[in-house]
Amino acid sequence: MFTPESVGLRDYLSPDSRGRTISDAHHELSLSESYRTTCVTTGVQQLAGRSVLLAVSGQLLSALAMIEIDGVVRRMLLCPPDINPNLIENLIKEAEIDAIVTDEPQRWSEAGINVLTVHFPEPTDVRQKTERATDWLMLTSGTSGAPKIVSHTLDGLCGAIHVDGTSQGTAPVWATFYDIRRYGGLQIFLRAVIGGGSMVLSEPGEPLTDYVARLVARGVTHISGTPSHWRKFLMSGSVSHFSPSYVRLSGEIANQAVLDGLAQAFPSASVGHAYASTEAGVGFAVTDGREGFPASLIGQHSNGVEMKVVDGSLHIRSKRTAQAYIGRDVAALMDSDGFVDTGDMVELRGERYYFVGRRGGIINIGGLKVHPEEIEAVINRHPAVRMSRAKSRRSPITGSIVVADIVLAANGIGRERKIRDEIISDCRDQLAPYKVPVVISFVETLDVTPAGKLARI
Amino acid sequence: MSTRSKIMAAIKRIAKEQNISLPRLDDDLSLNETGLDSLAFAILVARLEDDLGIDPFTISENAMALLTIGDLVRAYKNVHA
Repeated sequence: MFTPESVGLRDYLSPDSRGRTISDAHHELSLSESYRTTCVTTGVQQLAGRSVLLAVSGQLLSALAMIEIDGVVRRMLLCPPDINPNLIENLIKEAEIDAIVTDEPQRWSEAGINVLTVHFPEPTDVRQKTERATDWLMLTSGTSGAPKIVSHTLDGLCGAIHVDGTSQGTAPVWATFYDIRRYGGLQIFLRAVIGGGSMVLSEPGEPLTDYVARLVARGVTHISGTPSHWRKFLMSGSVSHFSPSYVRLSGEIANQAVLDGLAQAFPSASVGHAYASTEAGVGFAVTDGREGFPASLIGQHSNGVEMKVVDGSLHIRSKRTAQAYIGRDVAALMDSDGFVDTGDMVELRGERYYFVGRRGGIINIGGLKVHPEEIEAVINRHPAVRMSRAKSRRSPITGSIVVADIVLAANGIGRERKIRDEIISDCRDQLAPYKVPVVISFVETLDVTPAGKLARI
Repeated sequence: MSTRSKIMAAIKRIAKEQNISLPRLDDDLSLNETGLDSLAFAILVARLEDDLGIDPFTISENAMALLTIGDLVRAYKNVHA
């Protein structure tokens, strides 16, 4: 779509914004000067109006390529690094991709599609202009099944950022545990670009202590991640010397234990949890330090977001939701009234709604149903527990029963027997009998998916 | 511990956890009369699978026809042998 007033990412990087940088573990590049450089070997104008797969191995080069091709291409499909290679051929077909932008051209030589190589930025005299509103295509980060492609506009992606406003005073330094090619990470990258700050990128495989040392060295003030990311962080004991002023959790249920853990670790920070998903966009943020959200948010328009609960599932309507699923034979993203069904189940207790789990994740125990998250919430309240995962185990009698894997904090090691009894007793007090784990196993670690969510097999 | 005593210990532990008062566990006591519900049996079978390494209910179709405590013990012993 051509609109003369379209604003692209490059338009937020004016020459008078000095000293803004973006860095990973190996390089630091200037964001302020990026309008004077190019990463695309043969010139970005070749990509005008194309549908582009952005398949760059690292986040730093991806970030610069996003800035450069936004507002030039028709579509940009962000390819996260962990994508199953077997799925890519189909994604290319569904998104009608006709050009690939990559730093690994040999990998795509068989694709039969125009391949453009990106490299570290070089100075250029060409001043590329924003020509159109590019569709931003992203993959859903579900914990099971093939990813779906959803289409956003830059305007929609930035909806919550404009509402929050740009920060006053010292420019923020942003960081996130997410990859910026995922919705949660992209939100932080966009905040850094639009809000006038700098950004520190995560590095796959980098030890947490090294990452935190970089966050400290670069003076990171604003940081986000999933509750699983943060539990791992709290477990690592790398907190010392790191004192961000803004800490956010999103992507999974933030329960009281992890909120309290972060409030304790960062006493001077604003610790909050945000509700967002690739399909529904940013819904709201909660900064009162408590899990769940005030019931008053349901039914009202606040900051352009309207929410309702239908059959226990949170539905969201706003300009920040994705536009549509992309591909043949895809389901409708929203209902006829424009609401996106998030599939995130909530329960009203008193004046507050609490997230109880995903609609698809329910365990059925002889006809009685439970969300694993509900059990984990009880287990995670035990002071010696760092992470837990409740899951289904096949049963010849009831179809399924519930078992739990638990990672202990350092203060729990060696006291397993006592802790097991205490947890079972807590579960009995707070849960119906069929929800109490039948077997509890203590494990060293629990897997977290590349999207930062607890892996549920 | 013998298979029988492991089974008996597991039943007693579950009964205690579920606040079920058990009658005397004689061999000819019918499983219905133990007071254990299907959830309690599901727990029993899972724990015995972990303890003994076997699950006769999944291995044998006949296991579902168990009637008494004695049948239950034999089902585990037979698979074991």
